[in-house]
Amino acid sequence: MDIHEYQAKDLLSGYGVPIQRGSVAYSADQASFVASELGGWHWAVKAQIHSGARGKAGGIKLCRTYHEVHDAAKGMLGRKLVTGQTGPEGKIVQRVYIEVAEKFEREIYFGVVLDRKAERVRIIASAQGGMEIEEIAKSSPQAILQVIVEPAVGLQPFQAREIAFGLGLNIKQVSRAVTAILGAYRAFRDLDASMVEINPLVVTADDRVIALDAKMSFDDNALFRHPTVAEMRDLSQEDPREAEASQDNLNYVGLEGDIGCIINGAGLAMATMDTIKYAGGEPANFLDVGGGASPERVAKAFKLVLSDGNVKAILVNIFAGINRCDWVAQGVVQAVRDIGIKVPLVVRLAGTNETEGRRIIADSALPIITADTLADAVRKAVAAARSVDRQATSP
Amino acid sequence: MSILIDEKTPVILQGFTGSKASFHAREMIAYGTNVVGGVTPGKGGQRHLERPVFNTVKDAVEATGATTSLAFVPPAFAADCLMEAADAGLKLVCTITDGIPAQDMMRVKRYLMRYPKDRRTMLVGPNCAGIISAGKAMLGIMPGHIYRRGNVGIVSRSGTLGYEAAAQMNALGVGQSTSVGIGGDPINGSSFLDHLMLFEQDPETEAVVMIGEIGGPQEAEASKWVKENMTKPVVGYVAGLTAPKGRRMGHAGAIISTSGDSAAEKAETMRSFGLTVAPSASELGTTVAQVLRKNPARRGAS
Repeated sequence: MDIHEYQAKDLLSGYGVPIQRGSVAYSADQASFVASELGGWHWAVKAQIHSGARGKAGGIKLCRTYHEVHDAAKGMLGRKLVTGQTGPEGKIVQRVYIEVAEKFEREIYFGVVLDRKAERVRIIASAQGGMEIEEIAKSSPQAILQVIVEPAVGLQPFQAREIAFGLGLNIKQVSRAVTAILGAYRAFRDLDASMVEINPLVVTADDRVIALDAKMSFDDNALFRHPTVAEMRDLSQEDPREAEASQDNLNYVGLEGDIGCIINGAGLAMATMDTIKYAGGEPANFLDVGGGASPERVAKAFKLVLSDGNVKAILVNIFAGINRCDWVAQGVVQAVRDIGIKVPLVVRLAGTNETEGRRIIADSALPIITADTLADAVRKAVAAARSVDRQATSP
Repeated sequence: MSILIDEKTPVILQGFTGSKASFHAREMIAYGTNVVGGVTPGKGGQRHLERPVFNTVKDAVEATGATTSLAFVPPAFAADCLMEAADAGLKLVCTITDGIPAQDMMRVKRYLMRYPKDRRTMLVGPNCAGIISAGKAMLGIMPGHIYRRGNVGIVSRSGTLGYEAAAQMNALGVGQSTSVGIGGDPINGSSFLDHLMLFEQDPETEAVVMIGEIGGPQEAEASKWVKENMTKPVVGYVAGLTAPKGRRMGHAGAIISTSGDSAAEKAETMRSFGLTVAPSASELGTTVAQVLRKNPARRGAS
């Protein structure tokens, strides 16, 4: 789960990471009022969306008067912001963050990630802040400093000092950077984050070290023990269908194609999508209905898949282990009767109780295309989607 | 032979008396698994499914001689339960649990490393379907009846895709020695490599199918080992060719976040290390059959 910059800063600041004074606003009037409360002469107005690279896209404006703050906030709120990371559909700005702006001398990259190869936490830093870490890795990989944290004891101050000295900071700056680095690591560990990124971490002329931007992502599996973090979820930043699916404990990822997929198991779902592509079709979505695919869940899955207007055919592929094909078949029959599915539907049932499942489909006398193998099911789904294409283009 | 488990392996279930654990324990017993008891803290001394229940894994091991456990506990308590199994000296613990926090798994893995190699517990999972040695024993939630005894090993991240591979092989008359699910989490217990090493040593296994997916370095690491050490042919497949970058595809670990994570890159790595890559998931069975024809059985040679 991702959160906004202002939320990440609030959390990190609780762990001793220095941030600028700032406050969130939901309207232009509130934005200029917030600026007057914060005081100072310059403010940054920052669009709060779940994406980096906001500056280049016009999502960060430097303002010198309350008027400018008002206008900048008005220009951002309610609009879609398209950055290099959001994809062409962009994300809607519903909140802005107003922060006291200050001059700084240097920009540093700082990140904490879960390293799957080392199976430990990795700290990453570079003197070339303000750039994407992928860019730094390409242009000057030797400029990246890294340390691995031993989980039994956590990040040690000597490791933080190694990074701070490695960045070429002076002694005053080092002690402040160490506080920020240790704080960011503790936030990562205590809150079960999967990523903390402070880019840039800036150094001011008077040797202060400040997190100018902050990004945090969290391990969804650990949200149960961090209710205050879980409450920070902003559904407006997620794809509406994916957000709806997650409410029903279904895993859905929307894609560009036209063959809707309802499958049990993440691996089989990905493999079925790949097979569709291999057979010349394009999958419209990833959808794992999971182990206990009750008729209600199957009906929800159909509704979700059909809410994508591009879908021209649906493929249901179930290999039942804990699941039972007869339950799934009942769910499919009920869904077809209740929802009235108008696109061609291909169903493949295999595994536990497959004979009963197939009989239920056959006895329903509904126009369901059945298949026994993965290859057969995919072939029929691709052909069905094409036939819909042909009907649409013929006069 | 087979790897990890057979009909003699004495097995306990952790979280034995829960409803899901009881359901799958019955299935495992019906399949022929030697289930000798289970653990539910606070229910020690009772009997469940005509088998003894213990308060601690240590008690269970002492009384039954169990070497292996299947852990059926909710995600919040899983790390504790896996460390208890390791501390009691079990050789193998498999966990089905989906949703264990990644940092808990990080600590579990470091805890397992505390023990010297000769008494270190092998962890299979989490978030997997388990292990089955066809016709002998089952340690998990898979439909046992879809497996046929034979000579091909399966090691897969995904449960259902492992079933799919077995079904396609059966249709062509190719059976399985053991099928292992290593699970879809970013930090998991044993890797592809751990099981390839065991299959290489198993006289009953003639070839192995390795079914990976997007995310993580384990397919590449295993493929390199195959090239350098493995004498048996390995068929590879990687799911997620159509997965967009940066999106989680169901499994917590199925996400393309760094170079080398995508299905196309992993399949290319497999090919470069001499594995035969199945062109699509619907051709897993035929690819295995072809590889077996090209590499006639060397039974008796080992």
